[in-house]
Amino acid sequence: GAVSPVKTGGKYTVTLIPGDGIGAEVAESVKTVFRAENAPIQWEEMATSETPASRSDSLFNDSVNSLTRNKIGLKGILHTPISGDVSFNVAMRQALDIYASVSMIRNIPGYKTRHDGVDMVIIRENTEGEYSGLEHQSVPGVVESLKIITRKQSERISRFAFDFAKANNRKKVTCIHKANIMKLSDGLFRSAFHSISKGYSGLTVDDMIVDNASMQCVGRPQQFDVLVTPNLYGNVLSNIGAALVGGPGVVPGCNMGDDIAIFEPGCRHVGLDIQGKDQANPTAMLLSGVLMLRHLGLHDHADYIEKAVYGVIADGKTLTRDMGGEASTVEFTRAILDKLEVVHKA
Amino acid sequence: KFEGVKNSQGNYTVSLIEGDGIGPEISDAVKNIIAAAKTPITWEPCDVTPILKNGKTAIPDAAIESIERNKVALKGPLATPIGKGHVSLNLTLRRTFNLFANLRPCVSIAGYKTPYDNVDTVLIRENTEGEYSGIEHEVASGVVQSIKLITREASERVLRFAFQHADTIGRNKVRVVHKASIMKLSDGLFLNTAREIAAEYPHIEFDAELLDNTCLRMTTDPVPYNDKVLVMPNLYGDILSDLCAGLIGGLGLTPSGNMGDEVSIFEAVHGSAPDIAGQKKANPTALLLSSIMMLRHMGLTEQAAAIEKATFATLAEGKFLTGDLGGKASTDEYAQRIISKL
Ligand SMILES: Nc1ncnc2c1ncn2[C@@H]1O[C@H](COP(=O)(O)OP(=O)(O)OP(=O)(O)O)[C@@H](O)[C@H]1O
Ligand SMILES: Nc1ncnc2c1ncn2[C@@H]1O[C@H](COP(=O)(O)OP(=O)(O)OP(=O)(O)O)[C@@H](O)[C@H]1O
Ligand SMILES: [Mg+2]
Ligand SMILES: [Mg+2]
Repeated sequence: GAVSPVKTGGKYTVTLIPGDGIGAEVAESVKTVFRAENAPIQWEEMATSETPASRSDSLFNDSVNSLTRNKIGLKGILHTPISGDVSFNVAMRQALDIYASVSMIRNIPGYKTRHDGVDMVIIRENTEGEYSGLEHQSVPGVVESLKIITRKQSERISRFAFDFAKANNRKKVTCIHKANIMKLSDGLFRSAFHSISKGYSGLTVDDMIVDNASMQCVGRPQQFDVLVTPNLYGNVLSNIGAALVGGPGVVPGCNMGDDIAIFEPGCRHVGLDIQGKDQANPTAMLLSGVLMLRHLGLHDHADYIEKAVYGVIADGKTLTRDMGGEASTVEFTRAILDKLEVVHKA
Repeated sequence: KFEGVKNSQGNYTVSLIEGDGIGPEISDAVKNIIAAAKTPITWEPCDVTPILKNGKTAIPDAAIESIERNKVALKGPLATPIGKGHVSLNLTLRRTFNLFANLRPCVSIAGYKTPYDNVDTVLIRENTEGEYSGIEHEVASGVVQSIKLITREASERVLRFAFQHADTIGRNKVRVVHKASIMKLSDGLFLNTAREIAAEYPHIEFDAELLDNTCLRMTTDPVPYNDKVLVMPNLYGDILSDLCAGLIGGLGLTPSGNMGDEVSIFEAVHGSAPDIAGQKKANPTALLLSSIMMLRHMGLTEQAAAIEKATFATLAEGKFLTGDLGGKASTDEYAQRIISKL
C-alpha cells in the first residue's frame, strides 16, 4: 500500500511496541543497533502488554492511536492468555485493518539447518477466518465456533500476494486451503484467488490443500515460493517454516494494511520461558527492522544492518542458544555493533 | 475391542474397499502378502460407490451390512473431488460407522533416509466433528460462515480413547494440541474436557500445547514426541498427521486406523494419486502397514509381526523400492520381495 509515514526534523517517527516476554530485551537490541547505525528513526515507545498483571485497555488504545498517527511501527509479540479477553494482537489487526501478515522464511547464509535452499514467503489473511472470535455455547457441552470467509477479504489478500510477488520478482503463488472439506468457505477463498490471478501475467499460479502443504514443507520446502492462506493455516505454516530455517528468533515479517505497516517477527512467539534471562535471539526483530528501513526507502542503512547481522551469524562464534551458541542477547548485540564498524569500513 | 467371529473355515472375514485411483493396485499387493503369511482372513469385497439417499451422500446398504457384520474393514483411498455436490466419502464412512478416533502412528523407516531420524510419533485425531461438521452457509452474498462444532461428548470419547491407547502401547504421556488462546470456547471445551479425563488416569502424565508450538517444535525436532500420545480436534489432526508423514518420507509410508465402538476401518492416509494410477508405480506400504495395524487389532499378532519384519527388511535393503522412495521397482516387484522374505 501507499504509506506516508511522518517525518519531522529529518527523522521518521516509528511506533515501537516491545511487547511481552522477550520483547523488552530484543527491542533494546534494535534500539542499540539503530542508534549505532545512525538510522534516522525516532522511536515512540508504547508499553502495551497483555499479561494479566499489566493488561490495560488505555495503553492498548494509545498504541493504536500512535500507529494511526505514524503509519509505521515495529512490534514485538503480545502474550495471549488462554483464559481471558480477545487477543490484543488480533484486536490491533482488526482495529487498524492490517489485513496481510507476511513471514519471510529463508535460510540464513552460513547457518546450517536440515534443509538448504528454503526461500518462501507466507502471506496470511489477518482479519477474519477462524480468528473471528465468534463463538457460542448453544446447549451445555456443545460449542459452535464461526469461521468467516468473505469474498472481499479473500480478493484483497490475493491481490496483495500477487502484487507482492510481482514487486519482489517472485515466480509462483500458491493458495493454501481445505476446500475439499470446507467447500463453501475455503472454496470461496480459493475461487477468489483464482479469479484475481487472471489479472496478473508471468506468474505460476497453483493451489494446495493445507495438510499436503504441511507435509511438503517438511519434505521438500524448496518447491514453495509465495503462499497465500486464510488465517489459521498461515499460523501453522509460518511455524513449520520458521522451524525449517532456525526458529522464531530468526524469522522477520510485517503486517500490512492499506496505509499502515507494522513490522513484527514473522513467527509470533512471546518467549515467556526465557523472558528476562538475556537469552533471546534479537535477529527476527532486527531483520524486521531492516524490512522497515527498506519500506521507508532507507536502503543503505538497511544494507549495513543486514550485513552486520548476517556477518555475525556466518562467523558462527557469537550465537544465541536457539542457534546452538552460548552468547547472551547483549553479547550478540555487541558483536553486531563491532561488525557494523567493519562493514562500514569495507 | 475387536469382536469379530471366525467363519466355518476358521477365517475372519474382512470387508475390503479397494478404493479409487491406485487403490486396486495396492490392494492386490496387500492381499498377496497377507495370503503369503498364511493369515486366517477371507476378504469380502465391498463397493462403496456413493448413492444419494434423500439428497444426502450415502453408502450402499450392502456395504454397510458387510462392514457391520465383519466389524473390520481395510480400505484403499477414495477420491474427494473439490467443489462437487457430494460430501467426502471418507467423511461419510466415518459418520456411518461412528468412527470417532483416527489413529496415526509414524515411524522412521530404516533404509529410507530423510532429514529427520528416529521419528516415532503417535497421533490421535477426533474424527467426527470440529471443522469437518460440514455446516456452512452463505449468510450474505460473498460472506460465508463455516461452523466448527465441538461437543463434550465427542471430545470425551476421543480423549478417553487416547488415554486407553497410551496404556495399550505403553506410553505414559498424553498431550492435547489445541488453539484455545484464540478459539477460547470451542478448543477451550476440548482442553477442559481433557483435563477432566486426565484425572481418571493419574498414572499418565498429561499436558497441553498450542498448535503453533507443536508445529514449531515437531518440525525443529520430532524426537521429544516419541514418548507421548498426541490427541487433538479434527483439523489439527489432519494437518499434523500429514506433517508427521512428511518427516518420515511421505504418504506412501503412513498407516491409519479409524476406530469406533463396534467397527474399525484401517486405511492408508494418502489419497487416490490419480496422477500415477494404473501405472504400477504406487507404493503399497501405507496400506500394508494399515493392514498390520488391523491384524494386531484382530489379535493376529504373529502374522502382523512376520509381515512387518519382512516389510521393514525389504525397505532397509533398498533394492526393490517404488518410485516415490527413489527406487525403480513396480508395485508387484516390491510386494514379491516382501513375500520372498516371508
Ligand atoms: N527471539 C527468540 N529467541 C530465542 N528463542 C525464542 C525467541 N522467540 C521465541 N523463542 C522460543 O520459541 C519457543 C516458543 O515460544 P513461545 O513464546 O510460543 O513459548 P511458550 O512458552 O509456549 O508461549 P505460548 O504458550 O504463549 O506460545 C520458546 O521455547 C521460546 O523460548
Ligand atoms: N501410495 C502412493 N505411492 C506413491 N505415491 C503416492 C502414493 N500416495 C500418494 N502419492 C503421491 O502423493 C501426491 C499426493 O497424492 P494424493 O492422492 O494423496 O493427493 P490428494 O490431492 O490428497 O488426492 P485425493 O483427492 O484422492 O485425496 C501425489 O503426487 C501422489 O502421486
Ligand atoms: Mg506462542
Ligand atoms: Mg488429510
